Amino acid sequence: MDRAILHIDANSYYASVECLHHPELHGKAVAVGGDTEARHGIILSVMPPAKRCGVKVGEALWQARQKCPELIILPPHFDQYLRFSRLMSGIYREYSPQVEPFGLDEAWVEITGTPKLKALGALGVAEEIRLRVKAELGITVSIGVSFNKVFAKLGSDYKKPDAVTVFGREDMEEKIWPLPASDLLYVGKATEKKLLRYGIRSIGQLAQTPPEYLQRWLGKWGLILSSFARGLDNSPVAATGETGLMKSIGNSTTMPRDLQNVQDASIVLWMLCESVAERLRENGFLGRTVQISLRSDKLSWTERQKRPPSPVCTAAALHETAMELLSSEGAAVFPLRSIGVRACELVPARTPRQVSLFESEEKRVQQETLERTVDDIRRRFGHFSVSRAIALLDPTLTNLDARSEHVIHPVGFFKAV
Amino acid sequence: METNNIKTYVAVEACFTADGALLPTAVIWEDNTRYEIDRVLDVRPAASLKAGGAGLRYTVRIGRTETYLFLEETRWFVERRHVPS
Repeated sequence: MDRAILHIDANSYYASVECLHHPELHGKAVAVGGDTEARHGIILSVMPPAKRCGVKVGEALWQARQKCPELIILPPHFDQYLRFSRLMSGIYREYSPQVEPFGLDEAWVEITGTPKLKALGALGVAEEIRLRVKAELGITVSIGVSFNKVFAKLGSDYKKPDAVTVFGREDMEEKIWPLPASDLLYVGKATEKKLLRYGIRSIGQLAQTPPEYLQRWLGKWGLILSSFARGLDNSPVAATGETGLMKSIGNSTTMPRDLQNVQDASIVLWMLCESVAERLRENGFLGRTVQISLRSDKLSWTERQKRPPSPVCTAAALHETAMELLSSEGAAVFPLRSIGVRACELVPARTPRQVSLFESEEKRVQQETLERTVDDIRRRFGHFSVSRAIALLDPTLTNLDARSEHVIHPVGFFKAV
Repeated sequence: METNNIKTYVAVEACFTADGALLPTAVIWEDNTRYEIDRVLDVRPAASLKAGGAGLRYTVRIGRTETYLFLEETRWFVERRHVPS
C-alpha cells in the first residue's frame, strides 16, 4: 500500500507571524528584515504584496526599499517564530506521532495507517490541518500530499498560499514531470547548471535519463536525484520527540564587514570553532564530521564537509579541518558575507576511540586539557577574559559572541546514523 | 491616555477547577471596574485577527454581552471594540 505523507510549509513564515501581531498592516507590503546596524541588513521574509513589487528574500534592505518605496520592514522576533513553530508541531502531532520538522516553518507528517486517515482520507486530513492552523494560529500553510517525502514537498510548493495539492502516482507524468528540475529537493544552483549542460530542464527529463549517466555526471547524488525524479524516494519520516535529539552542533555568523581573504576567514573560523568545541565538550560529544557553510556577498550558499581522521572535540582540530575544507577547490568565493561551522554525526565522548598510528595521542590529550582549562577560565571570569592572539588582528571580526547568534538550521533530509 | 491599540491587556480573576481546567471568573477593566463573568461558553485555541495574537480563546458571557477573552502564553487580552478618540 502507498504511504500517505504531508509536507506542510508555512507561507512567508516570519512575515506572516509579524503581520498577525500587526493587524493594522493587513494587506500592506510588509517584509521582515535583519538589523541594519549590525549589517545583518537583509530581507528574511516577504508578504505577497511586497513580493509582487519584486522584493526577494536575501536582498539588502536598501535594494528592497528601492524596488518598493512603500515597503514596511519589521524587525524579526525569533522567540515568536519558535513559539508558533512549536504550536504548529503541536497541531500536527494530533494527527500522527511521526512529525519531522525541516527548519522552523516546514514539516513532514506521515499519516499512513492513522485513524484520522481512515476517517477523512489524505486530502481531508490536509484540509483540516490547513483550516486549523489558519483558525488557531492566524497564519496560512500550503500542504503537499503524496506517497513520498520528495513529492509531498513539491506539492507544498506547487500551489500557495493557503492551499492543498495532492500528487498521486497517476499524477507523476502529467503534473510532476513538467516541473523544472530545480524544484526538486537538493537540486541547487550548481546541480541545476550541470544538468542544464546536458539539456536536462525538467524533472521528467531527469527521470528519463539513464541513472548511470547521472551517476557519471553528479556522483552518488546522480543516483539519488534519479530516484527522486522517478518517485522512488522511500526515506522514512523521522519521529522526533518534542525537542528533537541533538543531531549536530554548529554556529554561524554574519560579520560586520565582508571577509576578503583566507586570513579573515581563518580568524572568524577560530571564534566559531571555539564556540562549537566548547559546546561539544559541555554536552559530552565528539563530532565525526565537520561541515562548513559559506555565503558569498551574492548570498549563494556553499557547504562542504569532511571526516577528520578521528572524532573531534577541540577547537584546534575543528579549525584544522575547517581550513582544509575552506581551501578545497571551488569552496570559497570571496568576499564572504557569512560563514558557519558545525560538527555533525555526534557520538558520545565516551565512545572508545581508535588510536591513530600516525598522530600523537599525547598531543591530542594535551590540546583537549588546554581547551577545557580555557572553558573553565571563561566560565569563571567571562568569555573575553582569555582569547586567542589571532583575535587581536581585527577586533571588528572577533568581537562576536558566537554562542548567542540566532542560528536555525533545518536538520538534514537524510538522518545521520 | 489616547490609544488606538485594539489589543488590550486586562487583569483577570480565574479559578482552577478540580480537574485542572482554568476558568476566568471576572475581568478587571483599565478603569478598575470589575465585570463578573456569568458563563464560559466555549474554550478553544484561536487566533485574534482583530487584535493580533493567538492563544486560548474563551467565549464568555458578561451580563447580556458575549465577548472573547484570550489567554496568550501568560497574559490575558480582549479585543477592544471602540477606539477612544
